Amino acid sequence: MRIEFDERKCVAAGQCVMAAPDVFDQRDVDGVAIVLDREPGPEHHDAVRDAAAACPAAAIRLVQA
Amino acid sequence: MPGAPYYPMQREARCPFAPAPAVRDMPPLGRVRIWDGSEPWFITRHADQRALLNDPRLSIDEKRPGYPHMTRSRAAMAPHIPELITNTDPPQHTRLRRTVNAPFLVKRVELLRPRIQEILDSLIDDLLAGPKPADLVQTIGLPVPTLVITRILGAPYEDHEFFQAASHRAISHDTDPEDAARSSRELGEYLGALLVKRMAEPADDVLSEMGARVKAGEMTHAEAVTMGAAILIAGHETSASMISLGTLALLHNPGQLALLRDNSDDPKFVAGAVEELLRYLTIVHSGIRRIAIEDIELHGTTIRAGDGVVFDLAGANYDPAEYPEPDRLDLTRRARSHHAFGFGPHQCLGQSLARVELQVAYSTLYRRIPTLALAVPFEEVPFAMDGVAYGLKSLPVTW
Repeated sequence: MRIEFDERKCVAAGQCVMAAPDVFDQRDVDGVAIVLDREPGPEHHDAVRDAAAACPAAAIRLVQA
Repeated sequence: MPGAPYYPMQREARCPFAPAPAVRDMPPLGRVRIWDGSEPWFITRHADQRALLNDPRLSIDEKRPGYPHMTRSRAAMAPHIPELITNTDPPQHTRLRRTVNAPFLVKRVELLRPRIQEILDSLIDDLLAGPKPADLVQTIGLPVPTLVITRILGAPYEDHEFFQAASHRAISHDTDPEDAARSSRELGEYLGALLVKRMAEPADDVLSEMGARVKAGEMTHAEAVTMGAAILIAGHETSASMISLGTLALLHNPGQLALLRDNSDDPKFVAGAVEELLRYLTIVHSGIRRIAIEDIELHGTTIRAGDGVVFDLAGANYDPAEYPEPDRLDLTRRARSHHAFGFGPHQCLGQSLARVELQVAYSTLYRRIPTLALAVPFEEVPFAMDGVAYGLKSLPVTW
């Protein structure tokens, strides 16, 4: 699984951080998401799917490797 | 042919938590009639809301002619409101929102959790030391968000009564446009003075942070004041309503209340319970509004450019395609995808803060007062249905 993140769309709702805190963080200055691991291991896949589904701005796209 | 039903719609007294029956009877693409006699489109399905609330062909620019305003006073004020996160589309919206996000970062609000816990414990101490029955709205529901938001904004607590009264008048459906405008102006003047003070002597709060952005030329004074008022109003009655209504819903569902009490020390369980209560109650019940700026095909019909569109959030949160048996409060349900905070780029700015407030409130209140009970029959609890969000006028409880 590869994470494609469109920073221009991000509205910093923080949903991804809540769903998958090991994979996403937020930039201190404006809350924009940071992808900590673009190709997370299978143990994170469920949480990352939740994060992508919860993102209100549809800024997270998952590509199957 | 009968005309479109009037919106917002009345809930049924017997099941006050569920959306109005008329909302659930609507076709996927319906029409409602609003206060000015216009008939915007009406979207209730979860999947349609997800798609459309992220569709750039819909605009939140309330200055466009034909925009389906919430109330008469909002319509009167719209042309005078500066460009803000609440009335702009991406990419301008994205830029503005990034200037106000910082205080609501997940990690920033997590840092507030111990302070919110202290606030709650001290309010419960006072409640238990006082007479019973007591009104949970006045003793817990309202003070929690008031204390939290005044602290975040950097306003002194002594001013909380003014805040509560002015913010209610500014948004209620019952207020005439002049009163609403006066209340908004009073809030603006108060916050403007506080902003100037914080620019001179910054502290660790949102107004100081916005003050620094004003100095740096990233934001105007007027934008900072309007944003401060928006934070105050949005973060206030909503959280208060969720605490009081959530308690009433749980007292009405004793099995679920017992389950929550028994799992109060499990943060994951509590977080899930908060999401389900957000879904089940969906307190913002006057619809979120957009206007089409291009034609949009939906279910074989065309929403024309210039048409108003209203989204009923409770409709989506009670959509059986997304939530089977939606009328059942089930704290173990996976409810995370609810639309209680809206959806799309305008989804609630303060949602992380609201979650922490509610997680602390729901995990503390029933654990510390295990015998909490209604002091009046359920049917006699007075609901406040007239605002942008619904809530309770009072919640008489005993223990």
